[in-house]
Amino acid sequence: MQQDSGGWFARSRTVAKPGFSRWMVPPAALCVHLCIGQAYAFSVFNLPMTKLIGIHELAPDDWKLTQLGWIFSLAIFFLGVSSAVFGRWVEEGGPRRAMFTAACCWAGGFLISAFGVYIHNLWIIYLGYGVIGGIALGIGYISPVSTLIKWFPDRPGMATGMAIMGFGGGAFIAAPLSVWLMKRFTTDTHVGVMETFVVLGIVYFVFMIVGSIIVRVPPHDWAPEGYVAPKENKLISKNDVFVYDALKTPQFWLIWWVLCLNVTAGIGVLGQASAMSQEMFPGIITPIAAAGFVGLMSLFNMGGRFCWATVSDYIGRKNTYFVFMVLGFILYCTVPHAGAIGSVSLFVFCFLIIISMYGGGFSTVPAYLKDMYGTRYVGAIHGLLLTAWSMAGIFGPVLVNYIRAYNVSHGVPKAQAYNTTMYIMAALLVIGFICNFLVKAVDKKYHMKPEEDDAALDVAGEAAARA
Amino acid sequence: MSNGNQNGTTTLHLVLAWGFVGIPLVLGVLQTLVNAMKLFQ
Repeated sequence: MQQDSGGWFARSRTVAKPGFSRWMVPPAALCVHLCIGQAYAFSVFNLPMTKLIGIHELAPDDWKLTQLGWIFSLAIFFLGVSSAVFGRWVEEGGPRRAMFTAACCWAGGFLISAFGVYIHNLWIIYLGYGVIGGIALGIGYISPVSTLIKWFPDRPGMATGMAIMGFGGGAFIAAPLSVWLMKRFTTDTHVGVMETFVVLGIVYFVFMIVGSIIVRVPPHDWAPEGYVAPKENKLISKNDVFVYDALKTPQFWLIWWVLCLNVTAGIGVLGQASAMSQEMFPGIITPIAAAGFVGLMSLFNMGGRFCWATVSDYIGRKNTYFVFMVLGFILYCTVPHAGAIGSVSLFVFCFLIIISMYGGGFSTVPAYLKDMYGTRYVGAIHGLLLTAWSMAGIFGPVLVNYIRAYNVSHGVPKAQAYNTTMYIMAALLVIGFICNFLVKAVDKKYHMKPEEDDAALDVAGEAAARA
Repeated sequence: MSNGNQNGTTTLHLVLAWGFVGIPLVLGVLQTLVNAMKLFQ
């Protein structure tokens, strides 16, 4: 399918002219990632949405928290599905088209959800935020990845780390903004969720459109001044692999498991950090202090995305994941000891480093894929790999919640109920270590031939641009 | 095309672009940091 006839959206129209600074591209990516990162803050709407009819107390027809929990779950599910399904389209259509589509879906999801709140129909919110918003999450998440890698061949980890840090940081903006807007729109007879959704939809649309306007792709074969390609390295390929051929390689599935296990280990404790800290240190960590602990973890989650991905540019992707697995193993095994000796500072230290590596796992993986499969389809391959996130989103919380419940029901004191979980998480990281160890260079038979590469460029509309 | 500024991108462009995303992010991070300090109170 020829996609170059898209006018302003066409990939060829986004090729940078001489004098364009590559440092304009990370803010363009952040315009999208900071907006879609709102998903992490959706929980601020949960309680107000249970009182839309009763206003000050729960009415019989008001929605239950369990029903509302499905909105976020649906959005994350469709993030994984859409990034896998639309990855190739995003790659070949270019970042502007993808960012614009994500902006329309994200804003549209909010506006549809506002209508759902207005007529009090939860299915419309499932459709709006859950399905359409979830598609925006998937398309928006992968839209700037390959563009950033092409602009920063000397520091691909740092470049993608900046964008993916934005996804972690989006909640920091969304949570206080949403609370402030709801206060402004709430009266004695009305909860201001609908108006807040409308305002957020409009604000996020404008923000994301700015990103799609300023984003540019580099001309073919562009390189930064003074850039010297890395020396021949079997773990950094100079060849491209077609998106669906990547699925046939063992490396894809090994990295899939590395990401899945790293995320499983982190996501389980992230969701339960508040309760876990209070139960392991009863009377020492209060609910207010626990909320502070969760906030600190969010900051390390965001900071880890940038720092670890940047470190990977210097020590290599495979070594970075080795650090995640070995250091994570040591820290998870240390947590029960911290609980036993009553050391809050050791407990906090362990979890802050663990959660930084959880974030780092997300941000380092695009550069890992680029090393394995080249830059041509790295965004699309990254999209397929994000299904590991969806899987981990189910595994992690289930492991933590069910093992804790099992232990408590079998007489284990609450302060020790998480110990087994910590050892299981450590064991998962051992498996992750083995998977990472088995990652070798991709077989040459999967490399794209020069004529295939040219055909791909034609589809992407770059052949004309470079002529 | 370069790492720095030539004809196309000016310093003002860069300041505006980074400010557009950086200011809300820094404000959000500061707000979270203030809340996180409750852990140490």
